[in-house]
This record gives sequence, structure tokens and C-alpha cells, in this order.
Amino acid sequence: MRLTLRAAAITLAAIAATFGLDPFRNYQLATAAGVFAAVAGLTVLIGLTGQLSLGHAVLMAAGGYGYAAAATATADVAPLPVALLAGLIGAALTAGILGLLLGLAAARLHGPYLAGLTLALVIALPSAANVLPLGGEQGRSAPLLPVPEALSSLIAIEQWHAWLAIVISAAAVTPLVALRSGRHGLRMRAVLDDETAARLSGVNPGPVKTGAFVAGAIPAGLGGAALAVATQQVAPGGYGIAFSLLLVVAAVLGGLGSIGGAAIGSVLVVALPWLIDTAAEAVPADLGRRLDGNLAVLLFGAVVIAVTLARPEGIAGLLTGLRRPKTAPSEPAPTPPGEAPPSNDSKPSTNTER
Amino acid sequence: MSALECRRLTVGYGDGAPVLDELSLDVPDGAVLALLGANGAGKTTLLRALTGLAPVGGGRILLDGADLTGLSTEDRIRRGLALVPEGRSVVAELTVEENLRLGALWRHRGPARTRAVEAAYELFEPLARRRDAAGHTLSGGERQMLALARALVAEPTVLLLDEPSLGLAPLVVAQLLGVLRDTAERTGLTVLLAEQNVTGALSIADRGMVLSLGAVVADRPAAELAADPALRRAYLGF
Amino acid sequence: MERFVFLLSNGLARGAVLALFALSLVIVWRAARVVNFAQAAMAVVAVYAAFALTAASGSYWIGLLGGLLTGALLGAAVERGLMRRLPNRTPLPGMICAIGLVMVLQAGLAIAFGPQHRPMRPPFSESPIVIGGVPVLSPYNLFVLATAAAVMGALALLFAKTSLGLRLRAAAFAPETSRLLGVRVPRMATIGWTLSLATASLAALLLVPVELGLNPHSVDLLFVNAFAVAVVGGLDSPIGALTAGLGIGVLVSLVTGYVSAAAAPLAVLALLTAVLLLRPGGLFAAKEARTA
Repeated sequence: MRLTLRAAAITLAAIAATFGLDPFRNYQLATAAGVFAAVAGLTVLIGLTGQLSLGHAVLMAAGGYGYAAAATATADVAPLPVALLAGLIGAALTAGILGLLLGLAAARLHGPYLAGLTLALVIALPSAANVLPLGGEQGRSAPLLPVPEALSSLIAIEQWHAWLAIVISAAAVTPLVALRSGRHGLRMRAVLDDETAARLSGVNPGPVKTGAFVAGAIPAGLGGAALAVATQQVAPGGYGIAFSLLLVVAAVLGGLGSIGGAAIGSVLVVALPWLIDTAAEAVPADLGRRLDGNLAVLLFGAVVIAVTLARPEGIAGLLTGLRRPKTAPSEPAPTPPGEAPPSNDSKPSTNTER
Repeated sequence: MSALECRRLTVGYGDGAPVLDELSLDVPDGAVLALLGANGAGKTTLLRALTGLAPVGGGRILLDGADLTGLSTEDRIRRGLALVPEGRSVVAELTVEENLRLGALWRHRGPARTRAVEAAYELFEPLARRRDAAGHTLSGGERQMLALARALVAEPTVLLLDEPSLGLAPLVVAQLLGVLRDTAERTGLTVLLAEQNVTGALSIADRGMVLSLGAVVADRPAAELAADPALRRAYLGF
Repeated sequence: MERFVFLLSNGLARGAVLALFALSLVIVWRAARVVNFAQAAMAVVAVYAAFALTAASGSYWIGLLGGLLTGALLGAAVERGLMRRLPNRTPLPGMICAIGLVMVLQAGLAIAFGPQHRPMRPPFSESPIVIGGVPVLSPYNLFVLATAAAVMGALALLFAKTSLGLRLRAAAFAPETSRLLGVRVPRMATIGWTLSLATASLAALLLVPVELGLNPHSVDLLFVNAFAVAVVGGLDSPIGALTAGLGIGVLVSLVTGYVSAAAAPLAVLALLTAVLLLRPGGLFAAKEARTA
């Protein structure tokens, strides 16, 4: 209950903030909200179960396609709010089913194998878009949701879409927060710490890992739906490997496992490239064209390396719950109380020999 | 002259109480020293600290008078230290021959390496019959033989052994300890033998040292130690 | 029939490149127990170096040599400067760091050289030799097959017959025991990375001239396919990498030729998924489940 109230308060605060932004910024905010839902799912997956997915962009795309198909089909026969709802259900279902399939694989795989499989999935997405009935490179269009009559004199369409995206991502992330701090979160952490020990205390790692994958996939799908609401289309080009890696970057920058951090990371990966590209317009055209899009990626890569090096236990340590996730006042979602307290981080090294 | 010396050696993991607290000991050149003590007395930790595998918090380790303290494990080995760790650390994926050659790599070059490996086969005949067998196909006794042979081909000045008789049949233990005793007598090798098998260890040792809760509580000639029932009951549990 | 022979021989040449790249993943896996997700980005840096050297000197061979050296040095530098400093209790920090490296290298190349595709000319003709009216192999493909076979043979000899190979294997299988036998394990990891990246660079150098051209992302697909090869063959098995590389090379060539180019990545994905689910140890690894 407390969680719901807090989520509602943060959502309202974010909606209030849209009044201070111009239409383009509101469009960016809608994008950031969609990305946030996906990053939140990803950060819980990596941070709590140690499973690295490089293919969360594909789960977002799956959600986008699911949304577009269901919303378009419903819009012909029902009013738009019903179409939106049907679209969201479609998004959650497609992403959830794909997540389940990946999760079943994940339950049997460790570290690099899962990462490689999800990477292959991202690379195969453009092919899948051509081979499956997904509209090829053009993708699929989603219905335009106009501003309701009552508000039409008050807000622009971009602001309305930002509202929708914020509400969708709040609805996607809030259950994730509850899940993380609850019994299932505990199980996930147990599996991460030591699979054998978890097994001995009656936790079966397979279903936990599969479940974590589904739980991380559904918010990603809803995030994809939020993007489809804002752009009225879903195409494979938007969900390539570069975007998928940016999702991982956002999760790493925010601190793995931290949902508040996921929000900060999402805003960074949406806003920073735009800021840099705007700045790059000031330099000579040829150089500007080369820097366009690349400088931001270069910076993000360098920061990811720096974070991993500077806190060698930061990433690994966080996984075992040695460090309390950062809390920042601007967090859209609360960090649940009752995190594992910091403890001594110097364990005797384990002998890895066979 | 001491072959191996520890001065006020402190070893611990993390923030807890140290496993070894300012331990000093002396292994005379050419001696076979039995290191006795119950489980958890700190025997394995001492051997790992000597070879640089456990973090040393303070004190010094001297091999033939030269300070080893800051050196890596590899460099300590190349100064003439050897450890046969607990649990028959044969590289399971390599053959018997490859395991032996690996042991001889840094010490011998070219034909001398082959000669050293052949000498090891003469010492441990069962291994000669299984040259090309992978490490994971060996029996427990064969593995321990291989681990010992592999340490000996490097011709160390000081050999450390951690519970070589653990889990082996008495006949195999007797054979292993026999080879160890013979080699020590023949070559003047200094041996530090950590064992729970008190009788076996004392039967080949010159001196025995009892470790309890990280400190030396007795250091006497082996025969004397074997004959002291009070000490045996107090620290060795029988 | 003619088409089949052509696709088959073309697939074998592609498969040899795949096998070589997969072998580089196996080498670094065995040396350091990591799957290097930056392998493609690092290899493409080597190809750019070769491209620049060839442009400056006019000689393909100087470029090839310079590219291999660049790849080898980059491998050593990344192991010394980055990977060694990461905790290795879980594979996650290494993978995340590799992703950061991919972004830095590929964005850096795009800034330095521009995003356009730069054509690279193969040193031999690409038009197939016709035997009995059937077009079989092009001279360049013959060169690729011969080079790949020679390098794989040399690597096999190195690992199986030399004392460096023995040390490399021992350090990979049992680092602590190896240190106790005087093996300088950290140095073995550096050598493993160096060998691995030189091999990967060679594969990339052989591939790019027959692709669209050189671009920071030219080797990405090779990495994904080679990863699939390494997994299907078993990450620990060089023989597996060779067999699966040739097999998947032929599969991709046939699917591209008879179905469509777009279907090839899906076929690889399907194969990868099937192997991971049915035989997680790979087809050539008889041992334990994968706990990387």
C-alpha cells in the first residue's frame, strides 16, 4: 500500500514536470520513460540474479510489435482507450512469452552463454522482421492517440504522450519494486550468491532464474509499448545492438540492482547523446558528422570501463548485496527499505580449481 | 644452518582473529620435520603462507637465509621451495607425462628435462606404466604419487607436504613415506610434513612440532614426541 | 548441381574464417576463462591498421603483417590494462568491461575514419576457377583455406607439443597448481590474449575483403556466428571449433544461396538455441555442464 502511494506520488510529480518542458523535451521524456521501464527490468535481472542480457532491446521491440498489432486490431472496433489497454496487454504478453523462452534457456545457461544467445537474438532481429510478418524494415505502425477533448486546449500531443508513457512505465516498474523487496527477491539473491547453497535451502534455481527473466522482460515490453505510443510505429532499426548495449550501460551507470539508478541511467542515455550531438553542430561539418552519435557512445563506453575498474567490487559486490543501492532525491521509484546491510567484503578467495 | 625459517609470521583472512599469530619456527637443513596438530590448528594455512598462497599480515619467511616475503608464488618455487598441496592436485586434463614435465619445466632444459622425468618414473614405477593416462583417470594413490613425483623433479631444497596420507590405504601410505624418507636421506632434501597421521609422520621424521590454535606448543625429537602420552592426548587427540 | 558445388566451396572458405575466429574465442576462454565480447571490435581495429598500412605502402602483405601485430599488441594491452584488474569471481565484470571496450573502440574508429564502408582489395582474384565446366574455388578462397589450415595446424602444434603450450594449458586448467610448479600464470594469460587476438585479427583480415568493405561494424556478424560456432563445438574444444566452423560456414552459405541472405542469421540463431537447450556442453565436450 505504501509502495503504491509512493509510486502514485512520483508519477504525479513526473506528470507535473511535463508542464515545464517544451514539446521536444516532452517527447524525450516519453522516450526516457519507456527506456526506464526496460532498464528497470534489466537491472533487476542482472543485479539480482547475475544474468546478463544483451538482448533487452529485442524484448522492447517484441513489446512494441505486440502493442502495435493488438492496438491496431482493436482500434477498428473499439474506442481508443480500449485499444490502448489491449495494446498494453499485447505488449506484456509478447514480451513475457519471449522472456519465458529466453528464461527457459537461461535456467540452463550461465554467464557468457546467455549473453551470447541474447546477442545473437539482437543481431537476428532485422532478419526476423523480414522473414516474419513484421513489416520488414518499415516495421508496423501503431494508432495515433490524440489528446482527449477535455485537455486539448491545455496540452500538446507530445505532452499527452509523455503522460501516457510515464503512467505505463509506472505501471510496469511498481510491481517490479514489490517483487524485488519481497520473498521472490530474496530467492533471486539466494540463487545469485550460491546456487548450491540455495538448492540446499529448498530454492530451486531453475524456476527462479526463468521467473526473473519473465519479470525483467514484461517491463521491457511495456517500455517498448510506451515508445510505440510516442512514435506511432515500431521498426527493427530502432532496436539494434547499439541501443541494446545502451540499455546495459544505463543499468551499469545507475548501479546494478538499483531501480532509482535505472531512472538516472535512462535519462542519461536519452539526454546525453542529444546534448552532445547538439554541441557537435557547432564544430565544422565534417568533424561534426563523425562525432554525431559516436562521441556519446565513446563517452558511455569509457565511463562503463571506468566504473567497472574503479569499483571492482562495485559491480560484483553489489551482486552479493554487500552495498546499499544509491538513493537519490530525484528517484522516480523508491528504493525499498530492508536492503542487506553492508558487511565485510573480504572473504577468503575461493579456490576455483578442479 | 636453517633451510627454512619463519620469524613472527602472522597470517589471517579478513578482519577476524589471525589464524597464525607471530609464529616462529626453524627447519634445519636436511631435516625431516613433522608438523602435527588437529584440524584447524593452522597447518594448511602455514604451508600456504610459506608458498605465498595465503596473505601474510606480518613477519618474515627466509629460505636458506634469503627473504621470500615479498615474492610471488612462482618466484618462491623458483628459489627452491615446493608444495604438494592437500587433495592430490594433479592437473586432471593433462597426462601423467605432461604433469611431470610441467614440474620439471623451470628447473631443467632439453635432454636434462627428459632425464629428470625418467628418474621420477624409476622412483615411482606404477606411474611409468601410465605415462599417457589423463590425470583424472588415476587412482587416489597414483595421484598422490604423481603429485609427489612432480614436486621432486624440480629438485627443491625444501619440500612442503600437506596431508599426503589423507584417504589413502595404509600400504600406499607406507610406500609414499618410504620414498620420501629415502629421497631425503639420499639428497639431503629438507622436508616439512604436515600430517594428522601422527604415527606415520613421526616414523620418518627427525623432529616433530605440534601446532595448536596457530602457535607452536611443542618442538622435540620425533622419538621423544611419539613416546609422550600426555602431549599426544592433549593436542593430538589420542 | 553447379550452384551447389559453388555454394559448398564458398561455404568452406567462409567456414574456415569462422573456425579461425571461433578458435580465437576458444584460446582466450582457455587462457583466462572469459568470453571476450570485445573480440570483434578489437579485431576490426587491427583491420583498420592493415588498411592504413596497405594504403601507405601499397603492399597487401605489409598491411597484413602490421594488422596481425596490432591485433596481438592490442590483446596484450587489454589483458594487462583492463582484464587483469577485474575481479574474476563472477564473469559479469569482465563481460561488462568488454561491452564498454566495444563502444569505445567502435565509436573511436567511426570518429577517426568516418562511418562509411571502405573497400579493401583482396590480394588474389575472386573469380572462381572452372574445373570441368563447374566453377569451384576462387584463388582468394584457396588462399583463405590454405592460410587458415596452416595457422590452425601451427596453433595445434604449439599447444600440444611445445613447453609453452604445456604451460598455457596447465595455467588455464589449474592456475593455482600451475603457480606451485613455477608457471608464471599471469604471463600465460597475457600470452593467451595475444595469441587469441592475433588469430581473430587474421580471421577478420581474411573476411573483410570479400564483404561490403571496412567499417567499424564489419566484424560484428562474424563474432556472433563464431560465438555460435564456439558454443556448438564446445568452448574448450579446438577440434569442435574447426568442425562446427566448417559446418556452420556451409550452412550459412547454403541458406543464403537457396533461401535468402536474411534467413541466415535466423538459421544460426535456431541452431545455437537448439544446441544450448539440447546439449549445453556443446557437441564435442563430453564433460560437466557449463558453469562459466
